[in-house]
Amino acid sequence: MKSLLRARELWLAVIIVAMVTAINFRAPGFAAPANLAGILNDTSILIILALGQMAVILTRCIDLSVASNLALSGMIVALVNAAYPEVPVQLLMILAVGCGLVFGAFNGVLVWLLGIPAIVVTLGTLTIYRGLIFLIAGGQWVNADQLSEDFVQFTRIEMLGLPLLSWYAVLAAALFFVVMTRTSLGRSIYAIGVNPVASVYAGINVGRTTFVAFCISGMLSGFCGYLWVSRYVIGSVEVAKGYELTVVAACVIGGISIAGGVGTFAGAILGALFLGVINSALPVINISPFWQMAISGAAIIMAVVLNARGEKRGNRIILRQTGEPS
Amino acid sequence: MDIGSMTEPCITLSGITKNFPGVRALNAVGLELYPGEVTALIGENGAGKSTLVKIMTGIYQPDAGEIRINGKSVELSSPHSAFKLGITAIHQETVLFDELSVAENIFLGHAPKTRFKTVDWSAMRVRSRRLLKEIGAEHIPAEAPLKELSIANKHLVAVARALSVEADIVIMDEPTAALSHKEIEDLFDLIGLLKKSGKSILFISHKFDEIYRIADRYTVFRDGEMVGNGSIQDTDQNAIVQLMVGRSVDQVFPKQKVAIGKPVLTVEDLHHPTEFADITFKLNQGEILGFYGLVGAGRSEVMQALFGITQPSGGSMTLDGDAIAPKSPADAINSGIVYVPEERGSQGVVANLPIFQNISLPSLARTSRSGFLKLAQEFSLASEYSTRLDLRAASLSQAVGTLSGGNQQKVVIAKWLATKPRIIILDEPTKGIDIGSKAAVHAFMGELVGQGLSVIMVSSELPEIMGMSDRIIVMREGRIAARYDNDGKLSPEMLVRSAAGIEEVAA
Repeated sequence: MKSLLRARELWLAVIIVAMVTAINFRAPGFAAPANLAGILNDTSILIILALGQMAVILTRCIDLSVASNLALSGMIVALVNAAYPEVPVQLLMILAVGCGLVFGAFNGVLVWLLGIPAIVVTLGTLTIYRGLIFLIAGGQWVNADQLSEDFVQFTRIEMLGLPLLSWYAVLAAALFFVVMTRTSLGRSIYAIGVNPVASVYAGINVGRTTFVAFCISGMLSGFCGYLWVSRYVIGSVEVAKGYELTVVAACVIGGISIAGGVGTFAGAILGALFLGVINSALPVINISPFWQMAISGAAIIMAVVLNARGEKRGNRIILRQTGEPS
Repeated sequence: MDIGSMTEPCITLSGITKNFPGVRALNAVGLELYPGEVTALIGENGAGKSTLVKIMTGIYQPDAGEIRINGKSVELSSPHSAFKLGITAIHQETVLFDELSVAENIFLGHAPKTRFKTVDWSAMRVRSRRLLKEIGAEHIPAEAPLKELSIANKHLVAVARALSVEADIVIMDEPTAALSHKEIEDLFDLIGLLKKSGKSILFISHKFDEIYRIADRYTVFRDGEMVGNGSIQDTDQNAIVQLMVGRSVDQVFPKQKVAIGKPVLTVEDLHHPTEFADITFKLNQGEILGFYGLVGAGRSEVMQALFGITQPSGGSMTLDGDAIAPKSPADAINSGIVYVPEERGSQGVVANLPIFQNISLPSLARTSRSGFLKLAQEFSLASEYSTRLDLRAASLSQAVGTLSGGNQQKVVIAKWLATKPRIIILDEPTKGIDIGSKAAVHAFMGELVGQGLSVIMVSSELPEIMGMSDRIIVMREGRIAARYDNDGKLSPEMLVRSAAGIEEVAA
């Protein structure tokens, strides 16, 4: 099973490389390192969000409020920056993470203590958080000229050839590698996703682990709120509207099972990169953005079909083994 | 069985063969059911009983063979065609619709219609009431949603459904598995009623006492073959067991004699607002303490309180003389109590995770430091216990789901042993598993107490509880009804009487 999973991620990587190579024939220069670095930078926010979403989906839940959380946290730090430009941007980043944590924890508490299905809770908070942006900003935008130099630069400063924004994604990936494979939290997240009942009897607090997953997703969404406002130099109600579906799509394409318990951090990253490559390739080779949607959609269905077939094959192996005379 | 042998069979299956990829589930088996008779279908798990039921109800198509109903060759191409030919099945877990009413369940698919081809609700209710009355179930309201009924009452609805289509052939697939003693008696009365009205009944059960109570004939399957059949009066239990396993089983319960030590666990006056009250008992080192009772007597609820899943409202517990009050399963595991729940399949293993991660799962606190896993330590823990239990696997990184059932069971046991428990609570440890696997579980229980552990075993099976326990506590309606030392003087009747609350008649 595990080697099958690894193979699945390998295949996704191969497909991405093949896509890049093919596009490079039509549009020479697409595969140039500078352009690829650009794609990575454009996809960084999606990668970070997909990693957080993965943690939630692994626990058999879903967080549809990520984009609203992002927009609200982003608006909060943008407003603070506009009002108090002297507050250091590092503090604002921490504030963004803190805001995201609060919003994520609110989701988590409702799921954990009130036992409301996650899809309902986050569908509700998706609207609530989006509405709160109106309230705190009074319907106004925060424009480029209101943001401080530091605020805008902290996603753009280059380090070893990559902008900081890309480095944040790399850092998130490294963090998730450690959390998912080397901590008891990561192990518990997988265990409750595969078999919640067995996990209870093994002494894992299923509700609290789910809550923590929502907190993780919330923190990353909040952080991405700062990244988004800084990168696109705008804070508004419309920021990242509908983006939660792109995030879920990245996870599904990356082989993370909506049924929980199956999927890896590498899958989430590759799923996001797949969408990122399509995103930046289609304009280059003159394909309409509508095709872009159709291709993402087809990729989602393909991924689900492949996942379902992979799981079925696992079952057949079991049957054959038990069927053998021992 | 003079009458029976003179009647023609109502349904005859012959030469039925069914293959699955890599497995021959049924190999040219035959079966005959006679009107007004109960035929017991007996066999270990995997003998092919369920496959046959699925063929008879049109869910599977046989690869070869013939089915005749009243002498005419028929094809059961779909569940609907089986239903129309008068075959109906009542399953262990009733396959009815929880959200629909009793009447809707009875008439689903063949509801009475009005002139305008719409459902005639009043006719449906009236006919439902009449059917329920016929089977002595007038206490079930036809309008009630099915989900509000007990499992026993759901069975009655299933029977009413069978009668509503005038099914001649009724298949009962382990109908008693989830029923209490009293409910089983009611079901048997009902089967008697069905017999009298001339139905042919196929009865599948693991329990020999039931088979002897109500069956007229038997058919034994082993590894997809029919290995024997006949009239139940002409045979005895040993002969059937021998047919089932293909060898004679003399000693099913290999209980070792283990020296009983000092008290390990004492439970004093444990209370719960709704589930149980006045629970006081002691568990000694090296002892197997049996908890017997009817389904719903509160045994599992007491165990869940000991394991910290639910919180008792009063009372106290001590482990090795120290007071404990587990607030969560993690607490209980830390203090040395583990609970192996009833459904080891669904509640025991995390199928996609590798073996070593399954084994270490309840021990994560010990194989990690401030949240970070120590993989080497985790691996050595897993390999230590898998060696001890002789686990057969290609590697410890193999997913548990790819192991055979017996090896999965070993993983479950290894995972609990790795927590170094003092007390193991086993809830219905052999429910629904075949005789071979049962013996393995029983042998393992013997080993546990041999190593100085103490075992609490919740079981509803009399032979098991009497064969394995040193002492037996009988629970009834949330309280301890009786305590027995399992010496030569204890009889099964005494246990059943205590569990059912029947006063002993002065003999």
